[in-house]
Amino acid sequence: MRHPWLRFALRRAAGFAVSLAVLVTVTFLITQLVPGDPVRASLGPTAPASLVQERRAALHLDEPVPRQFLYYVEGLLSGDFGRSFTSGRPVAEVIADRFPMTLRLALAAFVLTLLVAVPLGTAIAVLTRGGRRPGAEKSFSLATGFVLSVPEYLMATALVALFAVTLDWLPITGSSGWTAYVLPLAAVSAAPIAVLARITRVETLKVLDQEYMRVARGKRLPRRLLYVRHALPNTLTATLTVGGMLLAGLVAGTVIVENVFSWPGLGTAIVEAIPQKNYPLVQAIALLLGTIVLLVNFVVDMLLARLDPRSLIGES
Amino acid sequence: MGRKRLSPARVAMLAVFGVLLALALVGPMLWGDRAAAVDLERLGEGASWAHPFGTDDLGRDMLARVLVATRLSLVLALLTAGLGCGLGLLLGLLPTVLGPRLGKLAGSAIGLLLALPGLLLALLVATITGVGATGAVVGLAVAIAPAFARLTQTLAAQVAGSEYVAAARMTGISLPRLMLRHVLPNIAPALVLQVAMAIGGALLALSALSFLGLGVQEPQYDWGALLNAGLDRIYVTPAAALGPGIAIIVAGVAFNVTGDALAGALAGETIRPARRSGRGRSRSAAASSAVPASGPSAAGSDAVLQVDGLSVTFEGEGGTLTPVRDVSFSVAAGERVGIVGESGSGKSLTALAIADLIEPPGTVQAERLALHGRDPRELPERERRRLLVTSLAMVFQDPLSSLNPVLRIERQVGEAAQAHLGATRGQARVRAVEQLRELRIPGAARRMRQHPHELSGGMRQRVTIAMGLTTRPSLIVADEPTTALDVTVQRQVLRVLRRVNAEHGTAVVLISHDISVISAFCERVLVMYAGRVVEELAADRMRVDAAHPYTRALLAATPTLDADLDRPLATIPGRQPALDAVPGGCAFAPRCAHASDRCRERLPLLETLGEGRRVACWHPQGAALPVREQEMKR
Repeated sequence: MRHPWLRFALRRAAGFAVSLAVLVTVTFLITQLVPGDPVRASLGPTAPASLVQERRAALHLDEPVPRQFLYYVEGLLSGDFGRSFTSGRPVAEVIADRFPMTLRLALAAFVLTLLVAVPLGTAIAVLTRGGRRPGAEKSFSLATGFVLSVPEYLMATALVALFAVTLDWLPITGSSGWTAYVLPLAAVSAAPIAVLARITRVETLKVLDQEYMRVARGKRLPRRLLYVRHALPNTLTATLTVGGMLLAGLVAGTVIVENVFSWPGLGTAIVEAIPQKNYPLVQAIALLLGTIVLLVNFVVDMLLARLDPRSLIGES
Repeated sequence: MGRKRLSPARVAMLAVFGVLLALALVGPMLWGDRAAAVDLERLGEGASWAHPFGTDDLGRDMLARVLVATRLSLVLALLTAGLGCGLGLLLGLLPTVLGPRLGKLAGSAIGLLLALPGLLLALLVATITGVGATGAVVGLAVAIAPAFARLTQTLAAQVAGSEYVAAARMTGISLPRLMLRHVLPNIAPALVLQVAMAIGGALLALSALSFLGLGVQEPQYDWGALLNAGLDRIYVTPAAALGPGIAIIVAGVAFNVTGDALAGALAGETIRPARRSGRGRSRSAAASSAVPASGPSAAGSDAVLQVDGLSVTFEGEGGTLTPVRDVSFSVAAGERVGIVGESGSGKSLTALAIADLIEPPGTVQAERLALHGRDPRELPERERRRLLVTSLAMVFQDPLSSLNPVLRIERQVGEAAQAHLGATRGQARVRAVEQLRELRIPGAARRMRQHPHELSGGMRQRVTIAMGLTTRPSLIVADEPTTALDVTVQRQVLRVLRRVNAEHGTAVVLISHDISVISAFCERVLVMYAGRVVEELAADRMRVDAAHPYTRALLAATPTLDADLDRPLATIPGRQPALDAVPGGCAFAPRCAHASDRCRERLPLLETLGEGRRVACWHPQGAALPVREQEMKR
């Protein structure tokens, strides 16, 4: 084919579609795999039989499984995710309420991670190259190593204990202005920053040792051009691959951290919904979060292909 | 291979690991009662002597509870990791077991599962099984499995492709036996390491689920559940969250470090790749530096390049190395000068030093290093760059690695003109196309839009030459520009350099280990050995004039057209001294048939023998040597 990029894009799009289909099937299977009657399980043994029957009918649970699946997919396509078992509100409404909060936190964390980790890793690589400033290198690897062994929820708790309880500088809960973002953001992005900075450092060191960097230095380009035009795109390929995985990881991180800060997002919603056996809500949120992750992976693949034309070769 | 020595930090971590195991074994027996003792008079207290981490909302001692929770936390982690890795192992072996077609399907399935975040899988499974320890364990096991499966798959594919498995297959052994006997044992070490890491990961993840209230439920408790309870009261008694928090961090770090230690033990000592500087370690490298040699041979105001007493040193942990020592020479406008020597003779570093491209930890010392009479080291940054870029271009050995893989040719060829000559992007483009055309690169305009990997080897090298020429430098320093290319392409590249030299009067310094390339291309030749120039002579009179035994040996090792093909080619016995072991006298003495005690004791300096002839030798050879000078030397 004349357009290797197009072919690559189509192939990846097909992969994305298959993954999505699997995700839909898996979330559908939840209500099928729950032992016993999911409606009875969620309403409890004391609920009147009539209510159970009504709910079962609404979920089409009495029909054959393939038809149930059809109803499920039909619902998804028309934006109908069913009604919350607990509140009776349409799930789509609950998600419309909650999703922006999670998206804001995750995106802010991702941007923060990129803005901090890439320059940090690059700077450490440039500054400590050739065995200079061994102190800086050692403190960097110690600090990132420590941050990496502390899970998000602990990081969050520790931040709360320090900045909200002991120092009383920042609020713990609620979304009152920008200060409410500081601690959750720090908790969500600390580990990704450490990972990405480490990888950026290693990749930058690799790139700086390349002959083409010496050639670029030989052109006496200003440092800015040297690092931004010649080094950065080459480090970015690896950085972006990891960045995509990190963004996917941020989704998980957000789910956890939201619960520490009572952040009214999808994370708190799903964690509430699971013990309540509020299956429609769990299904919808899982589907949404999973789709986001798959979408991110897809976009990252596309970006990589644009950034490094060599990555297309292996495909065709 | 010797035993890996454990660092004190690692020993400490292993000790912590041991303590954790001990706590898991005896904790509930020792503190179980205390942890369960309800004290209604001390509900939710802060830290005190009696209760270092305070008490919980039923007045139970938090310290005891944290200690007791060690067992459940660890047991659940082990269960999760075991279950997850077992699942992963089965899944990962499928692609190998099922054969090519079904195997590919299984492989894609693994990839698909990997794409979903583990926490999501765990939450979905927990939804199905219901909230509790079982749900958390099964859920996380499902979450762990895909990564483990992928690892198994990769490893198994490597082993299954190997010859001994093929040989085993030939004997008609059954599939499960093949797996158990031949495949699994070979991938076991790497998998064991992964299991160790998985336990650590599972510990943290289980705590996370318990912390969210989706894991262990009352009345049981693990660290995550204790932390959750502590978080509710964090404003009142921060210590309540501290205890379980510390336990989780300590355990997490311990597992991480133990995993690292295991990985280290499995991989053995990894040897750091030797950098340019690290070829050896020196104790007395600089001890032998002698008085500077006599002045350069072709000094004068028309010299494009003048180098006097140039040394390059590298500061390493083991001492200082000096791979280039006291090198002096000059290049006149339009001249073609060759530098020949074995690898490690310092010729490439000399070139880099001239171009101001030596990077830390390397440093350059020179009494004089001037381009067109101006020393770039003495100029302010802007002027220094301008002087360097307009007087000197470097061409390196491997054209593919010299070009930036992600930038188009037009960018790479045009940017120097843009940065230094004040050209706009459009002008730089025009300049670049012109330059490519001048070097007779076919389809120059089309090449501009291409990336380096789309060009052939010879084309790439011409592009790198064009890249240096856009700023019209008066000197090209080409470091082994043809070594990575095949013979016909080599000739093309040399022809390009020759034409640039002839048409624009651009001087060329050609560096090569190949004395026949050098003598064919150059007018004047410098011979380097162990970091020093040992001889300088006219290229066309090399076979006649060569006076240094090393130069003569190099020539003798090169076939000529009229050589007697029946006689074997001469070789030079021995090898160049290591950087940290350059002898005090003549560095070539150990390999030289003419060496005397004087050679071994005193360093011969570069002495002028005649017009454009210099040699550093106590016993210069050859009939063409003027008798007078030979006597003078003795």
